[in-house]
Amino acid sequence: MICRIISSLALTFFAASVFAIDSEQAFNNPDLQARYENLIAEVRCVTCQNQNIKDSNAFIAADLRREIRRMIREGLNNNEIKDFLVTRYGDFVLYRPRYEGKAIILWIAPFLFFVFGGIAVVRVIRYRANLPIDEALDKDGPNQ
Amino acid sequence: MNRYLIPLFVMIAMISFLLLGLGDGRDPSKLPSQYIGKPAPDFNLPMLTDLSRTLSTSTLKGQVSLVNIWATWCVGCRVEHGFLMELANSETIPIYAINWRDNRSDALNFLGQLGNPYIASGFDRDGRVGIDWGVYGAPETFLINNKGIVVYRFTGPLNRIFWEQEFVPRIAEIEN
Repeated sequence: MICRIISSLALTFFAASVFAIDSEQAFNNPDLQARYENLIAEVRCVTCQNQNIKDSNAFIAADLRREIRRMIREGLNNNEIKDFLVTRYGDFVLYRPRYEGKAIILWIAPFLFFVFGGIAVVRVIRYRANLPIDEALDKDGPNQ
Repeated sequence: MNRYLIPLFVMIAMISFLLLGLGDGRDPSKLPSQYIGKPAPDFNLPMLTDLSRTLSTSTLKGQVSLVNIWATWCVGCRVEHGFLMELANSETIPIYAINWRDNRSDALNFLGQLGNPYIASGFDRDGRVGIDWGVYGAPETFLINNKGIVVYRFTGPLNRIFWEQEFVPRIAEIEN
């Protein structure tokens, strides 16, 4: 039984690598290869929006991989490559939106929620700590 | 009493914000073009029908035109082809095209059998120009004004209803 589970899992994982295209090494230089792989994992496939272009075999994903390889070969840095993509497809194309413009709210919103939530919790606790014990038991919370 | 209303208002604000994202007309699979209000991206392509001639951004200047992104492998392009023929025959607007990631002889056969609504198709064999235009799937139809500015992009197969609804008012606006 366990053997069957393992083999079906193995088949599942191998199936994915069969469909991956131009997945062979693109650069001899390991640094460039690593940069390339990081970049294509961060770029959204615009036709198949829940995939990055590393995993997608859509035409457009293959084209974008080819363009990214070309730009890396031409010596462009990651920022310049992301600019190229964002100019054409918008911020949406990057899985990690950049820390600028409208996207800033995405980055700071969790901290704002945390701060305001913390303030609310502290206020409620302080308020209840000051209530006389009898009253706190009789009434279900602060109602003034 | 007031302190109980505050969370209510916060809740209402959040719900209306989230509803904006869920509302009609916001299909998340449709991306806005980055070129609306900007000059059409520069391109220079051999013409599909005659590779020795070129179609480029300068061809588009000085007239209101459509640029249609199509390919023979694209089912939606076949669907809209009849309407594009109608539009071309009515001489409403010049239609240019970018034949995107296609096989040349397939594309020529397609136009030979079903008719050619295009003044000219640029032959974008490797999809390089498609990327410059922010194309993410064919068919796409760009409306370009007489100054070469992208006014609108429609994605998906075009038909009379969408034409009347999305293009006609925008063209009227350009001409006024």
